Amino acid sequence: MDEKKAAQVEKLEQESAVLMQKIREETDIKKKRKLIAEREKKQRKITAIRNNRIISREAKRDLIAYSFIAPNFIGFAVFTLIPIVFAFLLAFMDWDGSNAITFVGLKNFIKLPSDTFFVAALKNTIIYVVGTVPLTMIASLALAIVLNQKVRARGFFRTVAFFPYVASLVAITAVWSMIFHPSKGPVNYLLLTVFGVAQENLPKWFSGNLVLVTLILFSVWKYMGYYMVIYLAGLQGISAELYEAGSLDGANTWQKFKYITWPQLRSTTFFVVVMLTINCFKVYDIAVMLAGGGDGKLSTSATVLVYYIYQNAFNYWDLGYSSAIAMVLFLIVLVVTLIQFRYEKNLDA
Amino acid sequence: MSEKTETKKYSSKSRNALIGKIILYAILILITIVMIIPFLWMLSASIKSDREVFQMNPFVWIPEVPKWDNYIKIWTKIPMLKFVENTVFLTIVVTLLQLLTSSFAAYSFAKLEFKHKNTLFLAYIATIAMPWQVYMVPQFIMMRAMGLNDKLLAMICLQAFSAFGVFMMKQFYEGIPSELCEAARIDGMSEYKIYAKIMLPLSKPALSTLTIFTFVSTWNDYLGPLIYLKTESKKTIQLGLKMFIGQYSSEYGLIMAGSVLSLIPVIIVFLCLQKYFVEGVASTGLKG
Repeated sequence: MDEKKAAQVEKLEQESAVLMQKIREETDIKKKRKLIAEREKKQRKITAIRNNRIISREAKRDLIAYSFIAPNFIGFAVFTLIPIVFAFLLAFMDWDGSNAITFVGLKNFIKLPSDTFFVAALKNTIIYVVGTVPLTMIASLALAIVLNQKVRARGFFRTVAFFPYVASLVAITAVWSMIFHPSKGPVNYLLLTVFGVAQENLPKWFSGNLVLVTLILFSVWKYMGYYMVIYLAGLQGISAELYEAGSLDGANTWQKFKYITWPQLRSTTFFVVVMLTINCFKVYDIAVMLAGGGDGKLSTSATVLVYYIYQNAFNYWDLGYSSAIAMVLFLIVLVVTLIQFRYEKNLDA
Repeated sequence: MSEKTETKKYSSKSRNALIGKIILYAILILITIVMIIPFLWMLSASIKSDREVFQMNPFVWIPEVPKWDNYIKIWTKIPMLKFVENTVFLTIVVTLLQLLTSSFAAYSFAKLEFKHKNTLFLAYIATIAMPWQVYMVPQFIMMRAMGLNDKLLAMICLQAFSAFGVFMMKQFYEGIPSELCEAARIDGMSEYKIYAKIMLPLSKPALSTLTIFTFVSTWNDYLGPLIYLKTESKKTIQLGLKMFIGQYSSEYGLIMAGSVLSLIPVIIVFLCLQKYFVEGVASTGLKG
């Protein structure tokens, strides 16, 4: 064994000496550098063998680091990265999931603009996002500012505000459909008896034009507690000295908000808006559960992009078309996020 | 004279403060009502008969004869026990795997130097903004090819390895001074030991936050189980509740009793971990 090692070391040293000679003779600086690196590698190997190490220190360091990452990364690569690549390819294919796949180029995308259901889904999704994002942001910021004050039972109020977020969507939409029930629900009952709205004018919350408004209201109610927590964390990062200085300068509450709180929360607001936008574009279950009725089918007035992706894939088995719609969803999210990043950068400059 | 104006000024200031306080509490109470009424309605309806649920005049929160047997019927009308078992199993396995594998990977990204570190991390970052809905279809096709269709294992594979968890834990670990790890390394501790003995005990707020997020989203997930779990004995509570709404759409009492049941575990988990929660969000850089 030892002899074998000695022979190995000797061989490496010879090679290393040859390299040294070459380095001396070499005039081209780039090639010289390459040779030096090669020689260093050989030298490291020699010390590794001399010190009785099977692998070099760097290799060991890398192996340990990879062993930490591997359990998550393998799962992540197999179940997320590969499907993402697959999704991109599928958008240019025709496939029903069992027969042969055929490449169709841009056909799936060309079909989109003339598909009225897709256009309706796209329009509704955008209306929903445009309504939900600013409202949720304002509501959660206001909530966070109120709950950052020194008030009694602050923990209780915070927990209550967070309740809708942890509650199951199926359960809580069932309650909303009862409370906003067009003929039997308490909300319309109050409108009828207290506010004197005529029976035939009572709002039908889950159909027609109003359904998107109901979806937006519900989303604000459900998610503002979550974004409130993020804003609370942001508020706690603002130094109290800033407010003290503001007080000394005689700033009132509004001025303190405008000149201290709001600018200091800029990166938090940026994060909240990006997350909200991404999350709103993938709306599906809220729409299906509030507006889907017993069979969970959405009409054109309430349909959203993810619903149509689902329908095309799992009801019509038109996987290529479904992926093309998914790509549209992805591109919109990507572009909106990039615009937001650009905007944030401009503010920085 | 000057003393008088002084006291006047003082009293008007304290009166303003008082009015401010009153407005503040009025807002708080209003918010609480808006947030909590649907839950009270749920509780109230869960012990009512169908006729009583929509009875408005007079409206009572607790009926004269509470129908407690709504809570018994939900176990016999649909295989609720099986659904609960499946959901508990899924949620616990997914949450544990998520905590373990993400904190493990995050330690490496935050505290170790190695080849291709940036490339690997970029792979995670790039997918954070990618909605799951974009690749859910090819993912399903792939799982089906692997024979995982209609298996709980598919749901585990789907939810246990998120980029979000790794990103969040990494942000938190970067806030822990590297000197701590250096010192331990000099003392001859292996990286695994440093992770287990130093980093993990320090990361309670981040782990609590990740637990809340993972637990809540796995427990409440609807679209995932809807796509994957077809056999009745494999279904989860959320699918069960939805079944209720479809099958017994007039039996509101039962639907609400089932809903109350589905909320209990998440609320318990949230209440247990909430004291770390805001701190966790603050220290993991989730606030941006």
